[in-house]
Amino acid sequence: MKRIGFRIVLLAMVACIGPAMAWDGANVRNCTWCHGTSAQGYMVAPRLAGQRPTYLEGQMRSFRDHTRDNPFSKQYMWGAVAALDPSAARDLAAYFAAIPPRPANDGDANLIAKGKAIYMEGIPEANVASCYACHGPNAEGIREIPRVGGLAYFYVKARLEQWGEGYHSGIGTPMPVVARSLGPAEIEALASYLSFVK
Amino acid sequence: MRAPSGPGRSSSRRANSPRAVLYALVLTVACSVTSHAQDRGGFEAKIEYCKTCHGLSAQGYRGWFPMPRLAGQQPQYLENQLRAFIERRRTNPVMANVAHVLSPAMIASLAAHLRSLDPKPIGGAPRASLGLGKRIYEEGLPESNVPACAACHGSEGKGQNEIPRLAGQLYEYTVGQLTGWAKVRGQGSAVDTSAIMAPTAHNLTRSQVEAVAAYVSYLQ
Ligand code: HEC
Ligand code: HEC
Ligand code: HEC
Ligand code: HEC
Repeated sequence: MKRIGFRIVLLAMVACIGPAMAWDGANVRNCTWCHGTSAQGYMVAPRLAGQRPTYLEGQMRSFRDHTRDNPFSKQYMWGAVAALDPSAARDLAAYFAAIPPRPANDGDANLIAKGKAIYMEGIPEANVASCYACHGPNAEGIREIPRVGGLAYFYVKARLEQWGEGYHSGIGTPMPVVARSLGPAEIEALASYLSFVK
Repeated sequence: MRAPSGPGRSSSRRANSPRAVLYALVLTVACSVTSHAQDRGGFEAKIEYCKTCHGLSAQGYRGWFPMPRLAGQQPQYLENQLRAFIERRRTNPVMANVAHVLSPAMIASLAAHLRSLDPKPIGGAPRASLGLGKRIYEEGLPESNVPACAACHGSEGKGQNEIPRLAGQLYEYTVGQLTGWAKVRGQGSAVDTSAIMAPTAHNLTRSQVEAVAAYVSYLQ
């Protein structure tokens, strides 16, 4: 119900702002409308605050050339970045990256220990890679590898499921292979743990 | 009476035995297909897992940690290192767990497969001191007791047996190993092959390490 309502509102918004979407300098409101106050994330639109700028820029490129192809991306982000030129995208990425991120804290707290163990060590016998090896000890990310600590439970869960379902978000990135080895219980534990990471 | 039943029986007998043979055949094929698929499946899933971190063509990958190129690596070196991780002679929080669950047969298959890969070097190293790097690699630094790397690692950096391939290796990884050698490798009381490199790593300065690491990273 809530989500359907949100979709309608979003659609209406996209329809209205679509033509006026052109980047005009410091106007980040085009983005924070969906991504929430100070870009901390709102419903299905993820937090952008504190994200690695190289990653943000790369994803805007992925939306623009339609590489990132899941339903929400198609519906909301393809249009939102269509008129962004590369230098505007770089400015926006730097702007959002500099905002201190707040954790979503919306996962199942009982799964923190299990999620953390998978995050740090992987499950070698089931070919689940340690997330730590790429995303860092505190899930802070580095270069084009995103910060995943503190992202909303539903967002992380959806992302991990979507790679397994064959959606993409970049070319030649390791995540589709990482996600293929994860079952529903692992995804739930990881998404729960990550939502609490500061 | 005899005519229908006789030929009937005999034809059913005739049909039975080829059918039995056929069933047996189908079963054997099915079994060998499943066991083949299981073997391949176990291997395919495992090698894919290695490539998640080590690069999708095993060319190496820059994660939070630099993850070394395994493509074209000497099988004996690779097996030695996996054993060193398991026995904690070589310390690394990620690879100790990874190596722990590998059977010797799996290690041998992985090593043979990785040996056969030949992707282009990942690149990205600074180019400013490639000249110095080449000189160190080919001639060593007699004044600081550094032998020519080529003497052991080969003129093209391909290595042999327990001596690793350095060609195409990730710059950050090589710098990390050579500057941290004594803290990461040859841990514990047992002396292993890592001792051969210890004095050389010790005698190189940071900028010499960077020069030679950049040079080998571009060798094909
Ligand atoms: C109509 C709503 C909407 C607007 C407007 C919008 N976004 Fe988004 N954005 C979303 C949604 C929903 C997603 C999640 C897509 C998904 O699930 O794959 C998203 C995802 C993203 C991502 C990927 C984040 C990640 O962690 O992978 C980036 C980057 C992004 N948006 C940047 C922007 C920028 C910059 C603007 C302003 C120019 C903007 N968005 C405007 C709804 C919106
Ligand atoms: C070999 C490196 C590597 C490993 C291991 C890895 N990741 Fe990633 N991850 C990446 C890269 C690179 C991206 C960005 C590219 C992309 O979106 O495909 C990414 C993106 C993500 C995202 C999307 C974040 C966003 O804002 O949309 C999530 C969630 C994620 N990883 C979770 C995980 C989890 C959980 C694990 C462990 C089970 C893991 N990753 C292991 C490299 C890695
Ligand atoms: C979660 C990420 C990850 C996975 C999965 C992984 N590795 Fe590694 N591997 C690493 C890291 C990080 C290092 C660097 C260790 C160091 O710095 O000492 C490494 C180092 C190695 C080395 C030492 C290479 C050298 O040149 O000395 C070998 C051999 C190796 N891995 C083999 C494998 C094999 C085989 C697999 C699959 C069964 C595998 N790895 C899976 C992260 C990973
Ligand atoms: C006397 C023979 C010898 C010489 C000379 C030598 N090495 Fe080595 N090197 C080895 C052996 C053996 C190993 C494997 C050590 C082990 O098993 O841990 C090795 C390992 C290495 C490694 C680790 C590779 C990896 O994948 O982790 C690097 C880097 C390296 N050598 C660089 C050099 C450089 C640079 C020089 C020249 C300055 C050099 N070596 C000279 C024998 C030699």
